[in-house]
Formats: sequence, structure tokens, C-alpha cells
Amino acid sequence: MIHATAAYVARRLVAALVLVLSVSTAAFVLARLAPGDETTADVIEGVDPKVIAGTRERLGLDRPFPVQLAHFTWDLLRLDLGESARYDRPVAALVAERGANTARLAFVALLLATLIGLPLGVVTGAYSGTWFSRLLSIASIGVLACPPLVAVLALLYVAATTGWVSVASGDLLVPALALGLPVGAALERLQSQATHDAMASPDLLAAAARGIPPHRLVWVHAARQSLRPVLGVYGIVIGSLFSGSMAVEFATSWPGLGRLMLEAVQHGDVRLVAGCVFAGGICLAVGNLAADALRSLADPRVRDLS
Amino acid sequence: MIRRAAGAVLLAIVLMATAAPWISSNRPDLPFDDRAYAPPMRVHLRDAAGWHAPFVYQQRLVHRINRTYVDDHTARVPLRWFANGHLVSIDPGAGPLLWCGADALGRDLCARLVYGARLSLGVAALGAFGALLLGALLGAVAGSSGGRLDTLITTVADFVLVLPVVYLVIVLRATRPLVISPAEIFWLMTILFALAAWPDVARGVRAIVATERTRDYAAAARALGAGPWRVMTHLLPAAYGFLRIEFVLLIPALLVAESTLSFVGFGFGGATPSWGGLLKDGEALTAMYSAPWLLLPAAALFVVVLALQTVAGGRPGFPASIVDTTAARR
Repeated sequence: MIHATAAYVARRLVAALVLVLSVSTAAFVLARLAPGDETTADVIEGVDPKVIAGTRERLGLDRPFPVQLAHFTWDLLRLDLGESARYDRPVAALVAERGANTARLAFVALLLATLIGLPLGVVTGAYSGTWFSRLLSIASIGVLACPPLVAVLALLYVAATTGWVSVASGDLLVPALALGLPVGAALERLQSQATHDAMASPDLLAAAARGIPPHRLVWVHAARQSLRPVLGVYGIVIGSLFSGSMAVEFATSWPGLGRLMLEAVQHGDVRLVAGCVFAGGICLAVGNLAADALRSLADPRVRDLS
Repeated sequence: MIRRAAGAVLLAIVLMATAAPWISSNRPDLPFDDRAYAPPMRVHLRDAAGWHAPFVYQQRLVHRINRTYVDDHTARVPLRWFANGHLVSIDPGAGPLLWCGADALGRDLCARLVYGARLSLGVAALGAFGALLLGALLGAVAGSSGGRLDTLITTVADFVLVLPVVYLVIVLRATRPLVISPAEIFWLMTILFALAAWPDVARGVRAIVATERTRDYAAAARALGAGPWRVMTHLLPAAYGFLRIEFVLLIPALLVAESTLSFVGFGFGGATPSWGGLLKDGEALTAMYSAPWLLLPAAALFVVVLALQTVAGGRPGFPASIVDTTAARR
């Protein structure tokens, strides 16, 4: 079983690498097609043409496009992302730094979502008749309809008017909550349904008949059974965190990958654009891979299908 | 019951968007003098002189730097129904009617919201429809043909599913000049969304069609000499239920995608705003603190997403975004 899982993961890794490399190349080509290039801002500012010519030569812009593409692809195959024209720094370092910020944000958001969503889901699923559960369910459905963009603006507004939490840039709480709360609500709904289904299953009835105390029934037996359907959505969740973080980063000035990408596109920094897409692809691929590996460990059917 | 109510809310919003020029008494791109950050007007029914038909007070700018306004109590401005070619309006000479206040340039936020709904909902609905068409076609072809074509389509679908779509959409948008006509942005976004969202639809349809083609009625159709396309038209109706749900769940996902793109400056903005483009105006902390009505588009987004999720059958979609339309197949 371990062997089959390893082979499966290896196959997926190769596919992911091919995907990331080809998408980065596509991003490079597309970004080159865009009007303007790394020196456009200099031209507008009236920088000395000689200096601009020097920059163009340094960046290789004076050579025909196929040559540039060949250079880029060759660098990429050696996992060298090149130099950012705007920041005068290696793209890899920039992307790693900002990517780590996004990853930190996403991780804290996921942690919050899990810590809030799963226990509440068990409660609403196991004690579905009570007013407390009903209230929670309604709140959860409401939060679920808040995409990160809406959530972050709402939280910023609350923070600005009440002063309860700091909204200074660099403070993690507001962006992480904005990103995590909707996901937490989704996890709560899923966990609730899964717990509800598990509580109705015959083996839980048998366990209850054996005299196992109710709280143990809920928090150990039912929780373990409901793990599988909930684990299955973590891949989707990681994808949604990644795309949702763009709006959150923008609204809270969080120095993450999304904002770096926007800046790169706006300034025609082609290498940086490709680097950001590269990093984004890696993040998504790793997320998907981790989720699938988890699922394949928990459920042999997934492994055999693919 | 709740689903009916949600459907009614959606219908009302769609009707409002369709009848935007009639609903809003001002143009969305017209700035009014001395109305920057003017607060929403209140409707009054009585004043010192007693009860009246609904009326408003015109606003007067008292401090240009602090942007403070006072109601001009000297004159009642009665609301007029079905006059001047609008549902509700006031005497044009009395000044603008600002239900939801004004933005930084003194433009009517209400008008911008209603007109913005056209773009936001239009892009989302058309994009979802395009994704549905593409997904249904490719999924049906993959499911009913099997073999190499099936493998090809499935591989491409899996490929698109794990793309960092948000990034790619932004790069794609950047290949066009920074300032392009709203119509061009509209079609560009619609096509991009359709291209980004089809794989989920295709996967679902493929699974349904692949099971249906083993049924007796499919075999009967084949035995009667129906070609592959003909058989496909027999199989596809089985996916209608799935497609309907998928459509309803795709719209909020794409709505949020549009808003996010416009919010970060890669979509609609300026004179022809969508909801996301409007939120960009209210995003600054100072603006949202002193003019919270600029956040109304966020409330509109919330209501529409909530209503759509309710209509979809109370099944929780995921925090909607471009890439996670997978949630529809939970």
C-alpha cells in the first residue's frame, strides 16, 4: 500500500512539474505580448535614451523574441527564474519572500477555519435540534455567502469603527479572519452533515447500546467516521484560499504573492510575472498533491481510480 | 419557502438591473457639483407643519474639507412617481436625488450600483452559460466516445483545473491595452471565465453520460442505427439536473471573480463601474470610515451570493472563487 501511494505521488509530482513549467512559459509569452515592457516607465519619465538602451541590452530586450523565449526556457529548466527588472533582485528570492507571506496568511486562515469550523460542525451535527445549533447554522450560512472580498471589507469596517483589532499593515488577524471565516463556515456545514450522517449509522447505534457515553460517541466515534468526507475537500479549500487571498492582500496591504503579481503585471516586469505564476502553480500543485495524498491514504478507491 | 423568497429577491435584482435607466434618476457617470461623499438622503413623511406625501431635503455642503452636509430644511422636495421617465425622481431644478449617497466625485452611488449590477451579473451569467455550453459539449463527447478522445479531454480538463487561474486571467487581461472599452472588457472577461470554469462541468457531464450510455435506451438507439451525435442528444438530457445546479453555483463564483478582478484594477472601473469596481472606491480605510455607504456594493454581493446559494438548494457552495467551482460536485 505504501508502495502504491509512493508511485501515485511520484506520477503526480512529475505531472505537476510539467504543468508548472509550461504555465510559467505561457505566462512569459503572454506578458511579452502585453503592450509596453520593463523600460516603458523609464521612457515616460524621460530617462536618457542611452541608459534605456543599456537597460534593454542588459535585460536582453534588444534580441528577437524567440531568442528571449529560448533564454527564458533554458533558465527555467535549470530552475533559474532570472532577475526582476523592477526590483533589481533575483526573482526567486522575491517570489520566495512574498510567497512565504501568502503561505503564512493561508496557513493561519486554514488553521482558524479548521479550529472554528470542525468543532462547531460536530456540535451542530450531533445536537441538530437545539436552538444553539440552529443559530450557529444560520450564522454559518450567512458567513458562507461572504466571499473573501466582502469579508475583508466588512472586517476592516468593523475594525475601523470599533478599534477592536489593529488594521496596521503587517497585522495578520484581519486578513487571516477574512480569508478563514468563509472557509470555516464551509467546513462547519460539511462537518455538520458528516456528523449527522455518522450519528445515524448502525455502528453508532450499536456503540450506544454498549453503553458508551454520549459525549464519547459524538467526539470520538462519530468524529472519526466523519473525517473522510471532510478531508476530501481540503484540496478545494487550499485552492480557494489561494485565489481568495488576492482580494484580501490587496485590501489589507498584505505583502503577499498576489500583490507582487499585480505590481509585476502593471510594470511589465515579464520575468517577475512568470516567476509569480511559477510560484502560484507550485503552491496550488503542492496543495492539491497534499490533499490527494491524504485522500488516497484514507480511501483506497481514489488510489485505484487514478 | 425560503428558496422561493431567494428566487424573488434574485428576480427583483435582475429586473432592477434590466430597468436601470428607469429605476435610477441619475446617470451613473455624471458627477454633481458639491456632492462629493454626500451621505444617503432620508425620506421624510412629516415636518414641523405636519404630515406630507414622501419628500426629501436637499443637501447643502457646509464644509468642503470635512465634507459635512446639512439638510436644507427650508424647502421640502416632494418625490415624484412615474415622472420624467423614471420610477422615482425629484424636480430636476431641485438638485440630484441621492438614495445611497455619492462617491468621491459626487456621482450617484445608487445609479452606479444599479448600472453596475448589469455588468457584474451579466458577465457572471454569460460566463457561466458559456462554461456550461463548453463543458456540456466536451463532457458529453468525452463520456460517449470513450477511448483516446476521452483521455485527451479529461487530461486537458485536469490541466485547467489546477491552473493558478486568477494569475493567468490577470496576465491575459494585461495583453490588452490598459484602457479598453467596457464592451471589450465585458466580452474578454466572459470568454476568460467560460474558459476557466468549463472543466468542472465537463467532468460532471462526462460521468453522467458515461453511465447513461450503458443503459438499454442508449443501446436501443444505437441498434436503430443512430450515429454517435444522435446518441449523444439522447444521453445529454440526463445531465439537465446537474447542469441546472452547476449554473446556479457558477454564477456566484464568477460574480466574485469579476468583483475581485475589478477590485484589484483589472476589470471595470471609472465611468462604467461594476460592483467590484465600486468597492475599489470604498476600500480605503478613511473612505470607509467617513463614507460607509461606499461599501453598499459589498452588501449587494452578499445578498446575491446568499440568494443564489439558497436557490441552489441550500447546499453550501464554497467561498466562491474562480478555481473552486469544484465545490458544486460535493
